[in-house]
Amino acid sequence: MTGTSAFEVRGLRFSYPGAARPALEDVRLSIQPGALYAVIGPNGSGKSTLLKLLLGALKPETGDVLYSGRPVEEWSRRSLAQRIGVVPQGEETAFPVTVREMVEMGRYPHLGILGRPSVDDVRAIDDAMQHCDVDGLKDRPISRLSGGERQRALIARALAQEPTTLVLDEPTVSLDIRHEMEIFELLAELTSTHGKTVVLVTHHLNLAARYADRLLLLDAGRPIAEGTPSEVLTRETIERVYQWSVAVGAHPGPGRDAGAPQVTPLAGEETRE
Amino acid sequence: MRALNVARLVGLSAAVALTAVISIAFGAADLPLRDVVAALAGGGDETTRTIVINLRLPRAALAFLVGGALALAGAVYQALLRNPLAEPFLLGVSGGAAIGAVTAVILGLNLIATWSLPLASFLGALLAIALVLYIASRTGQGLDTRVLLLTGVVVGTFFNAVILLLLSFAPAETFRSAVFWMMGSLAAADWPAVVVLATYLAPAVIALLFMARPLNLLAMGEETALYLGTQVERVKLAAYVIASLLVAAAVAVSGVIGFVGLVIPHAIRLVWGSNHQFLLPASLLAGGAFLLLADTVARTAAAPAELPVGVITALIGVPLFVVLLIRRAV
Repeated sequence: MTGTSAFEVRGLRFSYPGAARPALEDVRLSIQPGALYAVIGPNGSGKSTLLKLLLGALKPETGDVLYSGRPVEEWSRRSLAQRIGVVPQGEETAFPVTVREMVEMGRYPHLGILGRPSVDDVRAIDDAMQHCDVDGLKDRPISRLSGGERQRALIARALAQEPTTLVLDEPTVSLDIRHEMEIFELLAELTSTHGKTVVLVTHHLNLAARYADRLLLLDAGRPIAEGTPSEVLTRETIERVYQWSVAVGAHPGPGRDAGAPQVTPLAGEETRE
Repeated sequence: MRALNVARLVGLSAAVALTAVISIAFGAADLPLRDVVAALAGGGDETTRTIVINLRLPRAALAFLVGGALALAGAVYQALLRNPLAEPFLLGVSGGAAIGAVTAVILGLNLIATWSLPLASFLGALLAIALVLYIASRTGQGLDTRVLLLTGVVVGTFFNAVILLLLSFAPAETFRSAVFWMMGSLAAADWPAVVVLATYLAPAVIALLFMARPLNLLAMGEETALYLGTQVERVKLAAYVIASLLVAAAVAVSGVIGFVGLVIPHAIRLVWGSNHQFLLPASLLAGGAFLLLADTVARTAAAPAELPVGVITALIGVPLFVVLLIRRAV
């Protein structure tokens, strides 16, 4: 392990007020700069909670969360927002806001309260919108976007921040194959070509296996496995965590995906085997 | 986009000036527009100048300040609570102010000194703001805007019950003046009131205009606002307190003038969008112009009797807004 991790988590424990068991316990991880890191696990396993702790939106009961070697609570919110772009889940606005206006908000951390957008700010906004293919939608109110357009607009806002780190909570939920693949391709390009660090929560085990450098599998708030896709996605582990019979094969290729583990849930009589 | 917005604000300012001149021209004695302009410039005959400068100009100025403050506060409340139905009197400020005003009327303080009524209602409004904030901030860490909303509504309802209780024991004349106060009026306008209110409003308005970007983010949700660099708790607290202080001052000088604070921000949103960098100054100007217009109607429609301006705002405003809503929706 060389240099400072993007995120470093040690001995993390967190409980929601009044909950019977901790939402997260014994979590430790280290995310290297430039990595694509995926957090997977069943519903309610603590994935989104982990992201909120990484981002300093929740405070751990015990343990440390470091971003770039410094405790996350010591960063000012504005400096963090200049470095980390976030695509949250289920964001809704009560008022009419256009796609362009929303992407412009990605520049606020650089502009402050009153700063006027410079040529560079405008370029960052234009580039982000082109990158996510939403420049044709710029005057559309976000309430009138399809699910895929909406996700792309949210990612464009995060890219307009020109962050070094991108954190996404289920970015491809409710998207069709093409839009889903486009987003994973975009994330892969951001890590490999632009050297950004990407952390995402996803339910797509097979896409996570093909695109992520490392995976963290959570179950009931505890880390079950952490490592490369082939280390984490074994039949025994998945069947135990998800309580369902699966077959694990290898991606046939061609290309860099060849050999990546691919999980197929079994149906009908096969499940009794 | 920026140039376009500046042009729109200049246009709105021109509309305010025009509305003010028209408002000054109409009254118990209708004045020709030419004489009004001459008097405003310091010329014309003595009588016209006295009417314009000492009577109608302060009233127009007060109408502008109150309307602008209410519309601005409404826009801020809507973003803060992320609720399109939020309006300046939703969080109990008017209830507190009414308690103060009614107490002053029952004790007969308003007969001793005219300024005691606005002062008493201002103190009542401050009491309501402090009480709502105290209750809402005790329910957990930080200020939960859903709790704030519920607390405000409940405190307001309680105050209204107290007022009705007080009034049920009051003589008929007290009852009548209290009800008229609650319907809103700008009849108490004079230069001292305008100067005090303007001096008080200026810093609050500037502070809120500075919060345009944080409010844009807050309207997208608190989590998003946090991730885009906002100190969410600080912004929420400042937005609530400053907007409420605006409302407290407005309600103290003019009673409860409804509708302006709810609908003016929505009208601006429907036509020009929700960017608070434009929405806030535009609401201020449009709210001011709208109340100027409503007050002119209130003064002249049934002259020499004066109609309650809070009734007129709704009578003119609702049809206008419905037209706007239908035309934008298609």
